[in-house]
Formats: sequence, C-alpha cells, structure tokens
Amino acid sequence: MTRSDQKHDGLATGASTAAVASGAAGGAAVDVPSPKVRTINRRFEFLYFAIRNNKLILGLSIVIICFLIAIIGPLLAKYSPFQYTTSYWSPPSSRHWFGTTQDGRDVYAQFAAGMRSAFLIGTIGGVIASVVAMLVGFTAGYRAGIVDEILSMVTNIFLVIPAFAVLLVIAGFLHNVSIPVEGLLVGLLSWPWAARALRAQTFSLVARDFIGMARLSAQNSWRIIFREIAPNMSSYLFMMFILLFGGAILISATIDFIGLGPQFTFTLGKMMNEAQTNSGLLLGMWWWFIPPGIAITAIVGGLYIMNVGLDEVFNPRLREM
Amino acid sequence: MLKIDRVTKVYKVGTFGGDEMTAVRDVSFDVNPGEVISLIGESGSGKTTVGRMILRLASVSGGSITYNGVDISTLKGRKLKSYYADVQGVFQDPFSSYNPIFKADRVFKMIKDAYFPGMSKAEWRSKLGASLEAVTLDPVQVLNKFPHQLSGGQLQRLLIARALLLDIRILIADEIISMLDASTRIDVLNLLGELKSRGLGIIFITHDLSLGNYISEKTVILRRGLIVEMGATEKVFGNPTHPYTKMLLASVPQLHRKWDEVAKELEVSDDLLIDPDAAKRVYESVGEILAPDALDSVLVETESDHVVRYSPEEAKEKMKSPAKEKKKSPPARKRG
Ligand SMILES: Nc1ncnc2c1ncn2[C@@H]1O[C@H](COP(=O)(O)OP(=O)(O)OP(=O)(O)O)[C@@H](O)[C@H]1O
Ligand SMILES: [Mg+2]
Repeated sequence: MTRSDQKHDGLATGASTAAVASGAAGGAAVDVPSPKVRTINRRFEFLYFAIRNNKLILGLSIVIICFLIAIIGPLLAKYSPFQYTTSYWSPPSSRHWFGTTQDGRDVYAQFAAGMRSAFLIGTIGGVIASVVAMLVGFTAGYRAGIVDEILSMVTNIFLVIPAFAVLLVIAGFLHNVSIPVEGLLVGLLSWPWAARALRAQTFSLVARDFIGMARLSAQNSWRIIFREIAPNMSSYLFMMFILLFGGAILISATIDFIGLGPQFTFTLGKMMNEAQTNSGLLLGMWWWFIPPGIAITAIVGGLYIMNVGLDEVFNPRLREM
Repeated sequence: MLKIDRVTKVYKVGTFGGDEMTAVRDVSFDVNPGEVISLIGESGSGKTTVGRMILRLASVSGGSITYNGVDISTLKGRKLKSYYADVQGVFQDPFSSYNPIFKADRVFKMIKDAYFPGMSKAEWRSKLGASLEAVTLDPVQVLNKFPHQLSGGQLQRLLIARALLLDIRILIADEIISMLDASTRIDVLNLLGELKSRGLGIIFITHDLSLGNYISEKTVILRRGLIVEMGATEKVFGNPTHPYTKMLLASVPQLHRKWDEVAKELEVSDDLLIDPDAAKRVYESVGEILAPDALDSVLVETESDHVVRYSPEEAKEKMKSPAKEKKKSPPARKRG
C-alpha cells in the first residue's frame, strides 16, 4: 500500500479479510452445469412449449395443409385454368372435382393455381415489406438523431396515406400487373407499422452495454445491427414476417376481387371476382366462390392463429400455465 | 497522452426532447502513461458519462478530448479502430455488457476477428490463456458458457481480460471492483497496479473513496457533473478543502475511530454531531453552492497540484489572501 496514512486505511482491513476469505473460497469451487446441457435445455424448452401450444399447432397445421395444396394441387389438375370444357355450370363431380364455371372452365384447376399465386404473392410481398421495414427500422433506431427524425417522418407519411387507395390507383394505372409486380407494390406499401415496431425495439437494445462493447471491438454499424441487434429479436422478426405475409395475401386478394389484379394468372381473388361478375352468386353456383373464400380465410386466419401461438411460446408471460 | 479539455455533455430529456440535462460540465484533466486517475463522485455525478465520452460511445456537447494531439471526435473507420487498439473500457454493468443470446467468449472472438485475423489457433489460445490468467480466471470454468451461466464478477473479469488482449495504453475501468468479492478484488487491484507499472494510464471510476485513495495518483471529485476538487491524491485526501469532499471523507466508515473524532479532524462543526438533520442541511447547502445555476463558480489552485471549486466571492478572497500571493499560478480555470 503506497499511501496508507492513518485516516484512510479502511482498505487495509479489507485486504486482510480478503486473505482469509480467499482461503475459504478456494476449497469450495462450485460445479457449474456443463454448457451443452443447458443449451439443449433452452431449445428443448422452446419445443416443449411449442408442441403444447394448441393455437400454434392448429394455425401451423392449417397453413401447412394450404401450402401442400398450393404445391401439389396444380399437379393433380386435369385441365388448365383457362381451358374451356364442354360441361357448363356443372356442380362438383368426379370429372370436375370443384365443378365448372358458367363458360365451362374447371374450378379446381383455377383454385389450385390460385393457391399457388397466394403463397407466391405472400412471399414476395412479405419479404419486400420485411426488408424495407428492417432497413428503415434498424437504421432509424440505431442512428437516432436527425436520421431517425427523417426516417420516422417518412414512415409516418406512409402510415397515414391510404395505402390501399394508392394500390388501387397504381394497379388500375398499370392495367395488367403480374403476380411479382403486385407483390412488389403490396410489399412497398405495407411496411410502415413493422418499421415503427422495429425502431422502438432497436432503441431499447442500442442502450445496452453490449452494443458499446461491439463498438469498442471495432465492429461497424451493419455488423452490429445484423449480428448483435437482429439476432436478439429473431422471434419478433419471424412473427413480423408472418403478419406481413398474411397481410400481403389479404390485400392482394382484395385488389384482385375488385378486378385490378393479374389478368393472365389465376388468383383466389380473381376467382371470386369472376364468380361475382358472372352472377355465380345469384345463380347459386356455390362451388365457384366458396372454395376461394374458404382458402383465403384459412390461410390468413391460420397465419394469425399461428402468430398468437408463437407469441405465447416466445413470451413466457403470455403462457396460460 | 489523453487530454480532456473543458468537456461538457448535455442530454436531451423529456417527452419531446425539449428539456436539457447537463450531465457533465466543463471537466478538464489529463491522463498520462503510468498514472491512475480516480474519478470519484456520488451516483449520477457523471462519472460514467465522462468514460463513455472518452470511449467515443457518447458525443461531447462542448470542449474536446484529444488523444496524442488528435481530436477523437474526428476519428473514423481505420483511425477509430486503431484508437480502440489503444483505449479500451470495462463497463459498470457486466450483465448488460454481453449479448444474452450468445456465449460470453464471443467478446474475445470479436477482438480476434477485428485485430488478429491472421493469428493461428494455437497462438491465439495461448494469448487468451495468458489474459485469463492475469485476471485469475480458469478457462475451463468460463469459456464456452452463456452470460447467464457466469457470475457478475466473472463476467467483469472476462471484460478486463478482453481489454488486455490488445496492447492498450489507456483503460477506463468503470466500477470494476464493486462486483467482486474481497479476494478477487485484491487480485484485480494488483493487476491494475501491474498495468500501471507497465505504463498504462488508467481512469478508475468509483464511488468508493478508500479504493480511489489506495490505487490512484490523481483524484478528481465530481459532483453533479462539475469538478469540485482535483489534484494529487495525497493532497486531496490529506487536505480536503471543499465542503463536499470533506463530507465524503467524513462519511467513510472507519473501523478504529468514532464518528466524532473524524468529524473533529475534518472541522465539521459540533452541532452536526448532535443533530443529524443539521448534517443533512450542510449537505444540501453544499448542493446549493454547486447547483447547476452556479455557473460562475471557479476552480482555484490552492496549492500546487490541487484545485478546489469556489464561489466567485470566495475565489476573490482566496486570491487576495497572502498565502496565495506567493504562488505564481493564477486560478486554474475560469468559466468564460
Ligand atoms: N442517455 C442518457 N440520456 C439522458 N440522461 C442520461 C443519459 N445517460 C446518463 N444520463 C444522466 O446523466 C447523469 C450522469 O449519469 P452517469 O451514468 O454518468 O452517472 P454516474 O456518475 O456514472 O453514476 P453511478 O455512480 O450511479 O454509475 C445522470 O443524472 C443520468 O440520469
Ligand atoms: Mg456510472
């Protein structure tokens, strides 16, 4: 001890007790459980709650069934969706599983194609919206200050403009949009709420010291965002994608139902539009509009139920136990 | 080596960022090689904020911090990286210093990837081993574990080991002792002593006066973001001048002496002993002297290597007093 004047030698006594304490502590090395066991436990815990969560299982089953129909369904179709057969107006039969339209096209073929389109547009729209939301949300939350103010302003503008009306105008203006273009448009207009949520989450994570540690380790901003911040909200990002995916399917179905969707590809919304414009409803052709209606409800509803279940699994406080 | 020059930090607070809060005001000191500086002050006095500004994790609102003559706020990219090769820190809260979803030794991997990308595995392992040994950690016990599987003290020592992987010149140690038990505390203090003798400059942030006294050459006493007293540790502790410093010292419990002896020695008046509320009043009046609006208070050099904050009237008095006239150096700094 360098300056142990009598006033402040509190530490000297501390040091001597320390010597005693170290002797005692030396013998009592506590066994720490091996890390491997704990890691497995953590993952196992997730699975444990996942397979016991009825909502998750129900939602996931519905979505998987719909997905299988989208993949396998078109392969089983005996006709092309645009092909005119000689049987008009026929209810479901062994030749036409879902019946035919008033001009003789096979409803099952249209339905199977529409299922495929739904998943395609959900994926494109969901991915694009997620990417934009992540870019905007992460940047605003991480950079803060003036960058945040500008990005938040842009987000709020997108949030308040009636996105659906804009979509209608653009879709009407473009005439015949393809599925990817429709997905792009839907994606570009449905990210704002997700961006705002990500920004708030990023804000709270940036204040944590491990972000400072990463900076002190000469990590650049993108590495910090994608290797420190994003992994911390992986469950959140996953749920966000599911919601954006379902949202894209629902929005595009509405556009298609109004008749502004793709002309040369079948979608579930387009089927309902044709059933409507050709008086399928009035003529009692339930086989024409019921399948697409149920399918849209099933996919979107299944995704939402799944999301609620996931929320409970990821967020222990919501578990009913 | 490192020069903190009239640094101020203003935080925007309030719902719309309308209000301002000055966490650090007009703080100046230098850090030289082989020197330990304790930054002492109560909770909220701005110690961590000073450290974060030096580490460039917070921007300065006024004044400047220069390292080897370069203003650190201008550093970017590769230059910033080489600044961090020289200047490292250990944060106050070890639990928040680790990304909870990754294993704790990831902090080492980040250093390797950034600073020793070409080093062979064996070489790295022995380097890491040496670092862990310096902080008396057993690699088997701490490597390959998640942060929640380690204790606060272990996590904190891992962070010290991390900083030691680099050949640093300056270490900012924010309350690194408070998490440790008595035995590891001595180990870490000895380690800091060894680093000091190797020529490191250490900024030792603490609210524990005896620790500060034990380890440091220089002491800076902060209160509400202002330096109230600063100088060579033996002078600040041996001849505490500012009422706040006196009170801090008086409030350190001392095993072999009674409060009244201490108080007498520190010239705390008798009524404080009888009436605890009076002590509180003194404490508050000290606060008043240093209230954020006391912008005109100044630091006066009372002896060489010892400056104390006075209100302007007191400062004038001090400068007139015969004792001061012998000194060549005028008041250290005045606010402009
Ligand atoms: N990001 C921030 N935004 C607003 N105010 C802040 C921020 N960080 C710190 N402060 C404020 O600045 C002041 C100084 O905080 P600081 O963390 O530097 O204190 P400290 O001396 O380290 O205290 P302790 O001993 O408790 O660690 C506090 O009043 C705190 O509320
Ligand atoms: Mg602090």
